[in-house]
Amino acid sequence: MTSFTRGFGGRARRERDPRLPPGQYDTGDDWPVLTAEVTPHFTLEQWNFTLDGLVDQAKTWSWAEIQALPASDYLGPIHCVTTWSKFDTHFHGISLDVLLDQVTIGPEAKFIMATSTSGYTTNMGLDDIRGGKAWLTWEFDGKPLHREHGGPIRLLVPHLYFWKSAKWVNRITLMHADEPGFWERNGYHDHGDPWLEQRYQGD
Amino acid sequence: MTEIPVAIGGFPADPVSAPTQWQTATVREVLRPTARLVILRLELTQRQQQYAGQHFVVRLTADDGYAASRSYSVSSAPEDDLLELCVERLSGGEVSGYLYDVVEPGDSLEVRGPIGGWFVWDGSVPAVAVGGGTGVVPLAAMLRHASHLGVTDRLRLAVSGRTGGDIPFLDEFRAAGATVALTGAGHRLDADDLRPLVDGAQIGFVCGSARFAEALSSALVKSGMPVGDVRVERFGPTG
Repeated sequence: MTSFTRGFGGRARRERDPRLPPGQYDTGDDWPVLTAEVTPHFTLEQWNFTLDGLVDQAKTWSWAEIQALPASDYLGPIHCVTTWSKFDTHFHGISLDVLLDQVTIGPEAKFIMATSTSGYTTNMGLDDIRGGKAWLTWEFDGKPLHREHGGPIRLLVPHLYFWKSAKWVNRITLMHADEPGFWERNGYHDHGDPWLEQRYQGD
Repeated sequence: MTEIPVAIGGFPADPVSAPTQWQTATVREVLRPTARLVILRLELTQRQQQYAGQHFVVRLTADDGYAASRSYSVSSAPEDDLLELCVERLSGGEVSGYLYDVVEPGDSLEVRGPIGGWFVWDGSVPAVAVGGGTGVVPLAAMLRHASHLGVTDRLRLAVSGRTGGDIPFLDEFRAAGATVALTGAGHRLDADDLRPLVDGAQIGFVCGSARFAEALSSALVKSGMPVGDVRVERFGPTG
């Protein structure tokens, strides 16, 4: 169902950027902050990262161990469900492929739950975080990631709406069946593809 | 390895938010209390279970198919026959500008909601709620809900703005005994303001700009609220 809105000319439509998914606008240099909980305080020396669930043996890495692995970068856009997109972002971190390659994944694993130190959770398909699609990231534009943007470390899954890129992530659990995370229980989509406008449950 | 303190509290929230669909609402009333605020009262064809603190999405569609949508907090109580949204007109905001400048009673608007099951209060437990600027809008819904239930004693409020004109529904907040801080007069809310409100509260809400939410969520914790009991809604410029 789409009806036209009286008198709405859509002033932005003429210079609409083809890199923008439907319903998104370019936020330019801004980077709005949206989180649901009190911003946690911790250092990377206090932090570690665990892969568990449907793997032969759960594995935990310290920050020093993560740093010893090959790093990689993401250059490209990010898209928030609140309709802003940000182009030409530069994140530095480690591809999740590097970590997933260090465990043996059970053949029945199809979904994952990412969990943060704050208790925040978000769910995705396993295929959404492997094959060069997801990172743990700790630098933005060459500087340490600011706390309010998920610093000192966050998940980055830029092909999905940005609530999937869990701030302060410290665990990914491999699962057989999909289970809703925090926003997904609260009305947001289980997959969250911006090009399909999968914003809310029911889309 | 030092354990990181975990702030979980209500995570994950109860699944109170049911799937929603777009619907066409009819604008019944339009109020413009200030040069930057517009209050829209809408009649919906389908109402779902609603909780104070939730938001709706408004979608505008041009005749060539170009569409823009934004989320706005609901200011009316769930018991209200109409759905009330309070929108701040942002400079260059293509949706908020349209809603302020163009919308009249009798117009149709596409809306979707209610959305959100985290920043909600059902009146069953004592709460402290802190809002800055238009961040007070979901608090107005909570206050009106509390009035409807006859439990306004369970909701302790602190609201802030540069001037009184920057705080929507200020008269209602004052009448409810809210702490009112005007930063233009040199009063910035801090833990000392919140400490008397926190005693006995089982949940805390903070809504406002990113900077406000960051400062006041920390102040709420400093004033004695357990970190896991604080629910935050931050908003940025989403014209």
